[in-house]
Amino acid sequence: MSSGLTDLIIFVLSLLVGIEVISKVPATLHTPLMSAANSIHGIVLAGAMVIGVTANNALGYVLAFVAAFFAAMNVVGGYVVTGRMLKMFRRRPVPAVPAVPATPAPQTLPAPDGQGPGEGS
Amino acid sequence: MGPFGTVIQLIYLAAAASFVLGLHLMNNPATARHGNFASGAGMAVAIAATLALIAHDGTVTVTGWIVLLAGALLGAGAGLYSARTVQMTAMPQLVSIFNAVGGGAAALIGIHDYTRLAGAIGGVPLSTTVTTLLDVIIGSVTFSGSIIAAGKLQGVIPGQPITFPGSRLVNIMIAVVAVGLSAYLISTASVAGLIVVIIAALAFGVTMVLPIGGADMPVVISLLNAFTGTAVAMAGFVIGNVALIIAGALVGASGGILTKLMADAMNRSLANIMVGGFGTGDTAVAAVAAGSEGVRSIASDDAAIQLAYASKVIIVPGYGLAAAQAQHAVAELAALLEERGVEVSYAIHPVAGRMPGHMNVLLAEANVPYPQLKEMEEINPEFARADVALVIGANDVTNPAARRPGTAISGMPILDVDQAKSIIVIKRSMASGYAGIDNELYTNPKTSMYFADAKSALAELTAAVKAYVG
Repeated sequence: MSSGLTDLIIFVLSLLVGIEVISKVPATLHTPLMSAANSIHGIVLAGAMVIGVTANNALGYVLAFVAAFFAAMNVVGGYVVTGRMLKMFRRRPVPAVPAVPATPAPQTLPAPDGQGPGEGS
Repeated sequence: MGPFGTVIQLIYLAAAASFVLGLHLMNNPATARHGNFASGAGMAVAIAATLALIAHDGTVTVTGWIVLLAGALLGAGAGLYSARTVQMTAMPQLVSIFNAVGGGAAALIGIHDYTRLAGAIGGVPLSTTVTTLLDVIIGSVTFSGSIIAAGKLQGVIPGQPITFPGSRLVNIMIAVVAVGLSAYLISTASVAGLIVVIIAALAFGVTMVLPIGGADMPVVISLLNAFTGTAVAMAGFVIGNVALIIAGALVGASGGILTKLMADAMNRSLANIMVGGFGTGDTAVAAVAAGSEGVRSIASDDAAIQLAYASKVIIVPGYGLAAAQAQHAVAELAALLEERGVEVSYAIHPVAGRMPGHMNVLLAEANVPYPQLKEMEEINPEFARADVALVIGANDVTNPAARRPGTAISGMPILDVDQAKSIIVIKRSMASGYAGIDNELYTNPKTSMYFADAKSALAELTAAVKAYVG
């Protein structure tokens, strides 16, 4: 069996797994879901690195640079923003915030720590 | 494949499993964060393994390392900065940009592979060429299309459908050029030909998204997300990397499902949305004139009394709420009512907002607990038990006319707001919604109109409720 055919089998089965798993995600989480899916396709960074291996001329280097930039932006930004969104979904409201200026405004919430996998390079 | 290669493949398998697990844990808000951690951990390991793989190969030149590291670090910085600073209202734009860069990176992989092999002796093998060309075309369409979508969402490009005479014909011709030339390139390697294909695909992405109206953006973003996933999977075929194929397929499935859900929620076919030109405003003039008859307006005091003495209130937020930045104001009013023992919940229509589930994120940011956020199917039976339905910035999705045949929105699933015992609609004027037709809810004898901007209206209501009960 050719590797192309194996790849196709993997593709189709993954598609079916994806449909099965994602159908169960509630509408409440559809934005974080799309953002999470976005971070997952950040795996394209692995592909961008492979370009770096075979690049040996100016064009190759430019393509590798831009691809690495795009993919790293995709993967890091995707995970961080998904984590930031999911952190806001709470079962109960945070304890009543008194109306004094000392409380942090929601916009200035620091991004949650540690959920970014780092760019690995 | 040596033992080293086998280990790398097993790591990719583990990463792929963690992506599936991550998506699975998203089926509940309580576990979703664990899902993101699992997925992120899998990603970090997969990237580290790839790094080990190319270091092990030892074929990367010094320039290659510098280029890769510089690109990845700068990109990571840009991603981190935008992810930390983005406003929740601007989330659709950011997701669109991430679609663009993901699709763009996938296209570049294909382009690089093609240019490298085109010069080789014996040219490009057939099985590689087909996936390479698909990768380049889908990736390029996603790249330019997503940038146009982000521009529309940001307001840099007008949100109205942009069409010109013959625009659809131009669109079709561009597609024919891209596909036809690709068919030629399968048998004959030509870098010049590939450049024309790239330009045609980029142009197609632009002309595909331009004619689509702002309120159709949930569908477009979902579709472009599916495209990105497919492009990444194709890039996986090109370089023979299973992690890319699996991840791409998962994203393709996710985007596909969301596209269908969004199109169903608007009761429109994908083809109809892509043709575009809907909601150009042609019909809005006729709609305003008919409006004022039989409409009751209400003052803040009366509305406050109704809300304060209700036992069950359902809030129906629409895009107008987000546009007025009033999500914190509505949460404050709801919290005040809850203190009085009123049962408050939110009825969220699937297309409330500019991307799937957008309204939920905006309300979660305003500290609304997620158990109060109800989906359409869940909340519709509850309207009959509600004393007050408070509609803020939602229009077409509450129009009972959708239940009858023969209107512009017939068949569209709606929130059964008219079943509530009384209805208060906060709205600036009687202007019609996106579909350009009268909302029959507004002339319902149970309905009172509160004519004001959403944010100031909610502040007035909150003050009035405080004055009465405090």
